[in-house]
Amino acid sequence: MEPTANPRERRHRYGMVIDLDRCTGCGACTVACSVENNVPPPPERSTERTGVVWIRVSEAQDPRPAGARSVFVPVPCQQCDDPPCEKVCPQRAVELDPKTGIVAQVAVRCLGCRYCMAACPYHARSFNWFRPEWPDGTAALLNPDVSVRQRGTVEKCSFCAGRLQAAKAKAAAAGSREIDPADYVPACVEACPSRAIVFGDLEDPSSEVARLARESESFRLLPALGTRPKVLYRSVEPWVRASLSQPEVSRG
Amino acid sequence: MNLKLPAPVSFAAGLAPALAAGWLLFPRLLYEEVPQPLPFSHEAHAEAAGTTCDGCHALGPDGRFAGVPRVEACAGCHAEKGGSPGVDALVEGYVTPGREVPWLFAARQPDNVFFPHAPHLALAKLECARCHGPQGKSAEARPFARNRISGESRDVWGPSIVRRKANAWDGMKMADCIRCHREAGRESACLDCHK
Repeated sequence: MEPTANPRERRHRYGMVIDLDRCTGCGACTVACSVENNVPPPPERSTERTGVVWIRVSEAQDPRPAGARSVFVPVPCQQCDDPPCEKVCPQRAVELDPKTGIVAQVAVRCLGCRYCMAACPYHARSFNWFRPEWPDGTAALLNPDVSVRQRGTVEKCSFCAGRLQAAKAKAAAAGSREIDPADYVPACVEACPSRAIVFGDLEDPSSEVARLARESESFRLLPALGTRPKVLYRSVEPWVRASLSQPEVSRG
Repeated sequence: MNLKLPAPVSFAAGLAPALAAGWLLFPRLLYEEVPQPLPFSHEAHAEAAGTTCDGCHALGPDGRFAGVPRVEACAGCHAEKGGSPGVDALVEGYVTPGREVPWLFAARQPDNVFFPHAPHLALAKLECARCHGPQGKSAEARPFARNRISGESRDVWGPSIVRRKANAWDGMKMADCIRCHREAGRESACLDCHK
């Protein structure tokens, strides 16, 4: 279906800037994300390759011979403006929302072929190898704004789209089509104890995220691929910027 | 015996039982009727408690639909037994022990849908009856028709098994949502409604 332009609706391009100099690698973002988005606890037989994670914290080493330093890199879905996963999906289960810039993953449409996982250069997608199971009583604590994905489907970060929907409903009750930006903050941003993640509308030039994105310390992962992510990183260290932007070096 | 019928006749003779099975028997097989826990008349309550829907079914300040009133609201009038067997059952089973009535919601969307009432009511100014039909005038609670496979309500598919829309509120599948959104010129993306 071709979307029709609606002048009443303002365009947004949600994005985030992650300050790697602030990230301590504590993993609070991963935990908060899993709780918010009903990611089930991994069964005992799951491994690093078969678990489900929407924002993983990787470590990158200084590739120089004398360098002994490393940096933690939280990697959620990069919310590309030109997402390779969308192009390969035979089910149209992946969709870039032109109104928000969020790359949607619709679990009930997904048939589990995992083409998108092969296409994603950021390894930001997970496959549900196991039936989701919650330990006794914890199923009652599931977030009602996020549906539970079944076994055999692919999932990924949605920029906490459930929170956006809740914010929109709240705004609508007050008679407005525009949300209060304070009502829409992803769980990882909220949880980060060192406030390394800044979230907002990249389309709004006065927002903090747009200001940070313009600065020279900010960069994207693998920019040469032309995926144009809306998740940006920043660091004052030139080696961090260099090694994460170039695929050859970041493999280490 | 060598019975030779003209082709259209034998075709019709085969088609008729097939259609009968698909249209008449299959829905009975697929859906089971689950009675509501208590009898309820919207009509009688509208006379006593007010004639607008939002007198009992209101939106919260966060734009979420509050659903049906809690049992305390029932207790406001039905604190003691008497009047009808339904009232007795309400008082005995729910009001006195302080237990919520486990109503079965025919208009509940499946789990993969985020349906906010607020934009439809506050922004689009739709009448409740546009999607719910004349529920407010009903004299008794409809039994809940449960899909034996998915557990969802029959109202999702709609009353007609061939999806013929006799009323605007028949059916609440994605196609029904999209039809109205298109007529209103709304731009849709998956994440507008799916969660």
